[in-house]
Formats: sequence, structure tokens, C-alpha cells
Amino acid sequence: MKEKKRSISYAKWGYIFIIPFFVVYAIFTLYPQLLTFYNSFFENYREGLTQIGPNFVGFANYVKLLTPTSEGTIDILKYFGNTMIMWIIGAIPQFVVALLLALLFTSTRLKLKGQGFAKTTIYMPNLIMASAFSMLFFSLFSTVGPINQILQGLGWLDKPFDFISFKISARSLVALMNFLMWFGNTTIVLMAGIMGIDESLFESARIDGASSTHVFFDITLPLLRPILVYTMITSLIGGLQMFDVPQVLSKGIGMPNRTTFTVIMLLNNYLGGSKNYGMAGAISVILFIITGILSIFVFKAMNRKEA
Amino acid sequence: MDQNRKAAIKLTIARILAYLFVAFFVILCLFFFYLLLISASKTNFQLQGKFSILPGSNLLVNLKNALNDTMINIPVGMMNSFIVAATSAVLTTYFSALTAYATHVYDFKFKKLVTTFIIAVMMIPPQVSAAGFVQLAYKYGLTNKLWVLIIPSVAAPSIYFYMKQYLEATLPIEMVEASRIDGSSEFGTFNRIVLPIMKPALAVQMIFSFVASWNNFFMPGLLLTKPEKRTVPIMISALRSADFAKFDLGKMYMFIFLAILPVVVVYLLLSKLIIKGVTSGSVKG
Repeated sequence: MKEKKRSISYAKWGYIFIIPFFVVYAIFTLYPQLLTFYNSFFENYREGLTQIGPNFVGFANYVKLLTPTSEGTIDILKYFGNTMIMWIIGAIPQFVVALLLALLFTSTRLKLKGQGFAKTTIYMPNLIMASAFSMLFFSLFSTVGPINQILQGLGWLDKPFDFISFKISARSLVALMNFLMWFGNTTIVLMAGIMGIDESLFESARIDGASSTHVFFDITLPLLRPILVYTMITSLIGGLQMFDVPQVLSKGIGMPNRTTFTVIMLLNNYLGGSKNYGMAGAISVILFIITGILSIFVFKAMNRKEA
Repeated sequence: MDQNRKAAIKLTIARILAYLFVAFFVILCLFFFYLLLISASKTNFQLQGKFSILPGSNLLVNLKNALNDTMINIPVGMMNSFIVAATSAVLTTYFSALTAYATHVYDFKFKKLVTTFIIAVMMIPPQVSAAGFVQLAYKYGLTNKLWVLIIPSVAAPSIYFYMKQYLEATLPIEMVEASRIDGSSEFGTFNRIVLPIMKPALAVQMIFSFVASWNNFFMPGLLLTKPEKRTVPIMISALRSADFAKFDLGKMYMFIFLAILPVVVVYLLLSKLIIKGVTSGSVKG
């Protein structure tokens, strides 16, 4: 009887302690989110000094977002495509290299030395300010930068190559930066995954005389799959939010010819100058829906891992 | 015997190839930082001329020029960034821990709902609230105020999730009960008994949140328009618009160097703790 009374009296502390979190979340995240959704149904922007709206327009902002321009392209789809292409060019080597490095680092046969130093070095780019990293790459790869000087010095180029003025090289630069910033992180996550696999499974496979390739495809890879899926989808969600690197590299215009322009750069454009809360809202809702669908897969992968 | 030697040779070759593979990526990562470092030490003239792999002699002059630049006031930027990053880091870890503690130790009616809600909203991209946030900030005259970037860090779902997992693994309920018997208040128990137990988790999350905040570009870029309120990433991105025919490149590399220096220093001091922190939390091995 006394026990019960005591536990009831403590319950109020549970509520008290979560107040700061929920008050701040409600004001600074939830309310702005709902306002974003609400705004997506209104015409609300500035043109010069004139404020247009807010006028209720239904789904007009969404329709406008998905209507082909005079050039016949649907801008948002083009920018979504750019984002995904740049993500994929970086993510494929990111996962291949990270998986190989994780296997090498955890190999009990190879017993590689100097792992601490190697891991410290490859993880470092993950913490570097993306905008500064992008500014660095812009300078290093500019026509007068050291990379062009080196390539000319080696005789591989006879005149400077302008990396950011060609679609393929500009996108590849963005992808290279994303690769450098994330492969170390993925390596460390996958290593933890491999080390979490029951050692006796490898042992018995070895006793049975299984080759390393067999062990990899029949034991490591299937057991690593949930973590691989988890990291890939979170990487994809992160990729959708790509902004700092292409924004700085392309001076915010997605050069050349908007081929490195991303979805969040478009959002930033609408919020920056014209304060177009209607269009920005519509983009945010679309981003929210895509991320929501992807997140369901993340939770599925997480649950399978715990099972 | 012969079989053994063959196997030994095979292993040696495999090892050499593995070392070469690892070395390639280690060198690739170091290469760009090395280029930054030597470029930040060269004069504008040296940077325009023939490339040299060796550092220049102008490091201190570039540092002086960068710190005294009138267009880009990097010391003020670093101060602003530091204020935002440090206070956010403290607030976010403290309140995430407190919220995690509340849903771990106490039994209350909506506990399950609260936990599920926080985990469900964890994946929502921060950009989704941006339009509404910017609109409100302009409506209430809250642009160019650093605290507007700091306060939201009190509610960080992913850090809450990390803290919750940490508590589940480390905090025995008996400890809380013992503290009650000793006459400690509930709030006192959290501050004096629970927080010290959570030190490793707090340290890791403080570092990650400091770094994330220090590097944050999107929201500050939309809200901080006055030069004296700008944070480092905004100043760095402004460099991109400089006229490179006239701009001192040595100084420009120095700006980039200064922008990443604090994080690199923290990382080099605490790399073991940080790398451990990458895998704990949401991704469990």
C-alpha cells in the first residue's frame, strides 16, 4: 500500500523533467513544421518591396513545382536527379571502400598494424566543416590552383582544366568530397558490425576449410546486411539533404548550367531572397514525405538487427 | 613444409596488398590537409607561380592578414560560432539526458507515447521546419540573434535516443532508490548521482554536437545577415564570391585553415573517444 503510493507520487517528476524538451520542441520545431505545411497551401512571397499574399491557393504551389518550365524540364525533378546522381557517384565507392577497409582491419589472418592511426586519419574529414572543405576544393581545383599545377607539372595536362565548368567534373568533385567525408565513418560502423558477429561462426567455417571468399559471402555479408541496409538508407537520407558542398562549390547557382543544383539549394533560394514561404513549404512537404518513406526502411532494418 | 612456405608467402603478399590499399586512402585524406597547410604558409606570389610541395615562409604574415581583414572579420566569426556551439553542446546534452532519465526511471501514463513520439520524429530532416522557422524569425524580429540558434538544441531527439540507450545499459534503478533513502530530492539525484555516471555519454555527445553546430551553415546562413553576427561557415562561403584576381590567396587558405582548426585540435586530442562514439548510440554492433 505504502509502496504504491510512493511510486505514484514520483510519477509527476517524469512529467516535470520532460517539460523543457517538449516546450522547446513544440515552439522551435513542431510549430515551424506545421507552419511550413500550412504555408505550402498559400501564395506568400516578396517581389522587390511588394509583399504578395498570403492568399490561399490550394495545391497550386505543388502544381507549379511539378509543372514543366518553358524549356520543358520539371525543375524539382531535375534537382532531385542532380542530388541523387551526386550521391550515387560518391556512395558507391564509399560503401565498397569502407567494406574492404572494414574487412582488412578486422581480419584475424592479416593482423594489420597501425590501425589506430589509419582510422584516426580516414575519419577526420567527417568532422571538417563541409563549407570550408568545399571552399578548399574550389581553390585547390581552380585553374590556377595546385591540382592543375601538379597535373601540368607531371605533363598530364598542357593547359589548365576548369573542373567546375564541366558537368561531369563538377559533379565528380562534389561526389569526391562526399566520399572523403563519409567513407571513414562507414568503415568504423561496418567494423563494429563485423566485430559483433559471433567469432565461433568464423572459427567453425575455418575448421571446415572454407575459403575467405566463402566466409565473406556466406557468413559476413548476410549477417552484416541489416547494418549495411541501415547505413545505406541513412546515407541516402543524408544525401537528400546535400547542401553545403555544392552551394559553396558552385557559388549557390549549381554551375555549370544548374547541373550541381540540389533540392535543398532550391529551398534555400526560395527562403533567401524572395521569402517565398509557399514554394519553400511545398518543397519541404515533398522532402518530408520522401524521408518518411525511407525512414520506415531504416526502422525495419533496426528492428531486424535487434531480433 | 613446402605447403607451409607457400601459405606464408601468400599471406605476406596479401598483407603487402592490404597495407598498400589502406595507405592509399590514408594518404588521400592527408594529402588535402597537407595542401591546405602548405598553401596557407605561402605568399600570394608563390601560390600563383610554380607549384612546390614544400611549405612557404609566409605563415605568420598570412595569419596576421587573415585576422586583420576588414571584409571578413574571422575573429568575430569564430567567437560567434564558439558561443553558439559551446552553449548548444551543453544545453543539448543536459536536457537530452534529463528527458532520457525521466522516461527511463519514472513510470507515468504517457511514457510510452512520449518515447515513441521522440523516436518517430528523429528522422525528420531539420530543413523541414526551416521555412516556418525563418518566417517566424522575420515576423518577430529574431534574425541576427544568436540565442535563436541555441535554444532549439534543448530538444534533440537523436541525442535523447543515445542517452536513453546509455541509461538502459548503465543505470541500475537501485542506485536512484538508495539516493532517495539518503534524502536526496529527485532533481538532486539526477544532478549529483546520475549525471556523473553519464559522463562518458555526455562527453561524446557534447563533442559531436559542438562539431555539428560549429559546421552548421544552412540555418545560420538564412538568419544571420549582419556581418558582426555571422558565424564562420557564412564567412567562408562569402570567400567564394571574392575576386580571385585581386584576392590574396595565402590569406584565403589561412581563413579555411582557421575555420577547421578548432575541430581538428579537439579531434586530435580526443580521437579515441570520438571514434568510439561513432558506433555507440543508434548503431549498435
